[in-house]
Amino acid sequence: MSRKLLLTAVAALGMAFNSGAWSQNIKIAILGPMAFVQGENHWAGAEMARDEINKAGGISVGGSKRQIEILKFDTNELQSVPDATNAIERAITRDKADFLIGGFRSEAVIAMQEVAMDAKKLFLGAGAADAKLGENVVKDYERYKYWFRVSPTKSPDLGRTLFAVLGAVGAQIRTELKKEIPKVAILSEKAAWTESIVKAVQANLPKMNMEVVGTWQPSPIATDVTAELSAIKRSGADIVFTLISGPMGIVMGRQMGELQLPAIAFGINVEAQKDGFWQATAGKGNYVATLDTYAEVEMTPKMIPFVKAFKERYKKAPTYNAATYDAIFILKAAIEQTGTIDANKLVPVIEKMEHVGAGSTASWDKNHDLIWAVGKTAGIGVQWQDGQKVAFWPPQIKGMKPFKMPKQ
Amino acid sequence: MFQDILVSGLINSGVYALLAIGFSLIFGVARIVNIAHTAFYMLASYALYGMLVIGGVPLVLAIPLAVVAVVALSLVCYKLVIEPVRQHESAVLIATIALALIFQESLLVSFGGHFLGIPNAVEGVTSIIGVRVSYQRLIILVVVAVTLVATWYLLNRTRLGLAIRASANDQEIANLMGMNVNRVAMYTVGISVGLAAIAGVVVAPVFVVDPLMWLSPLVTMLAIVVLGGLGSLKGSLIGAFIIGYVEAITVFSVPSGSYLKGAVALSIMVLVLLIRPEGLFGVVFEEER
Repeated sequence: MSRKLLLTAVAALGMAFNSGAWSQNIKIAILGPMAFVQGENHWAGAEMARDEINKAGGISVGGSKRQIEILKFDTNELQSVPDATNAIERAITRDKADFLIGGFRSEAVIAMQEVAMDAKKLFLGAGAADAKLGENVVKDYERYKYWFRVSPTKSPDLGRTLFAVLGAVGAQIRTELKKEIPKVAILSEKAAWTESIVKAVQANLPKMNMEVVGTWQPSPIATDVTAELSAIKRSGADIVFTLISGPMGIVMGRQMGELQLPAIAFGINVEAQKDGFWQATAGKGNYVATLDTYAEVEMTPKMIPFVKAFKERYKKAPTYNAATYDAIFILKAAIEQTGTIDANKLVPVIEKMEHVGAGSTASWDKNHDLIWAVGKTAGIGVQWQDGQKVAFWPPQIKGMKPFKMPKQ
Repeated sequence: MFQDILVSGLINSGVYALLAIGFSLIFGVARIVNIAHTAFYMLASYALYGMLVIGGVPLVLAIPLAVVAVVALSLVCYKLVIEPVRQHESAVLIATIALALIFQESLLVSFGGHFLGIPNAVEGVTSIIGVRVSYQRLIILVVVAVTLVATWYLLNRTRLGLAIRASANDQEIANLMGMNVNRVAMYTVGISVGLAAIAGVVVAPVFVVDPLMWLSPLVTMLAIVVLGGLGSLKGSLIGAFIIGYVEAITVFSVPSGSYLKGAVALSIMVLVLLIRPEGLFGVVFEEER
């Protein structure tokens, strides 16, 4: 009997150790669409942070050092929101993650946020821009206070950045092409995240002394925009203002090059942020410009070393989802300041923090959204020039190069 | 604007025609609703990408190899997956959906979810009635025309074509006349997927290649064959042109509503079906078939 009792106790102990319940590591769940570039970057940024912190001894928690363990969860959020909520549920209940970082598709992250808040787990966003995620914090602070957005800025602030860069591009067109009122064609995918920005652009461009010559809104999954581009060409547009997150970004770049449109494509073009854009456009995506986050420029003292180390390790440049790197360092700073991993004690510390990271100098408003500031969190403007992605905005940052116009 | 619609509609219609005729052929002859039809189109695009961009195989070899490889795969799939359940239409439907998903997930694992580009066969643009058109798109038009003529010739001027048409007309009688209807069905599968594969290799340089690229043309293709009449090749051809031009007109007439082009095309299909349920050129199949 006592032998059976002993064996049972040993088995139970073994199961407990296997489950990680007694692990001393700080477990961070990295959640993203791992088969796609966004999830790949979520994971890569987290790996870099983990290795750097663990190599230096780990995180100091109340005087004792603990290592970081990152756990990969494929949310498959590009195809299924339920898959995303299942993933975050598993991270919390089965794998007992202490912290949650990641997310990309806003529709999925809004659902994932609910699961995280139910469990009162700190959830740092590294991909979704929908303003609702932050509005929830103000609506019900006690429930949603565990959410912080590390990247990107919320959608309306993406619009502010777009206007800032558009003003600079418009000024260059006036100077180089001697056109007093540049013509702008809006080419935006028909999706929830673009609606407010399209309306804002239509309303504000005339005030910026630019003319909106038309608005074209293909489906987000459109893979042929020659009809739209033919119509845009006939409109005489100088700028094609883009709001594109899907494959249309590649097709547009390629077809503009093939049809030799003299207009500049600028806006948000997520595919143009990736290294693979040049190959995907068969080398025709010259002059395509987009907002981005990382480049070898001195936006923060850490950006250039981070981008170089990322490129050396992963043989490609990071996308904005690699902000998981900054997210983990934000957690480290908060934990070391409070001496605990208790989310309730970490929240007020993060709220007051200004964190100089690799992607931005981050501080948060009452929505737990990034406070928008040029040179700190507003991001950068990049343009494809002869096969290279070149950063051109904000021009006062060291490392920026001039914006180029296509041959007229 | 008229010239843009004319040229744009012609090119889109040609691609849709290749897909729709292949699907219509396999349904009309073998009574197989092959949901994986556009998945084979996707496989051909990836095969071309793999050979051309990764393998460095010359284009003149890569294209026929990609088509042959995909046709061979389709015959294997037919033998192993479809033929055993051919008598049960719902089982065939589910089996082909499963095949399509297997292809999709396999490509996702192998190539990732990245959007890939394939270089053009011929670079440069020209102007047709004032509309700039790339040479690659003109190649699509030429290939579509040649393929359709070749398909017509095969079906109307060869013994195999006679057997295919006879099986489509009445399988039981064709069997009694000594035609091996199972083998005819297999040849039809090969020809049908061959048409889809040709569409995949000519269109791939113009669009992007990704593991979900089979979904959107599937809906349009089904709309076209239903509009034209299930089993009618002539109907599929005319249906393709109707849908292609409706989409072009929508984009040019309503720029801010260009995302609606799919919905408008499907609405046209619904309208036609309300008036003529068997489609424009379809036949009302009798139970004995």
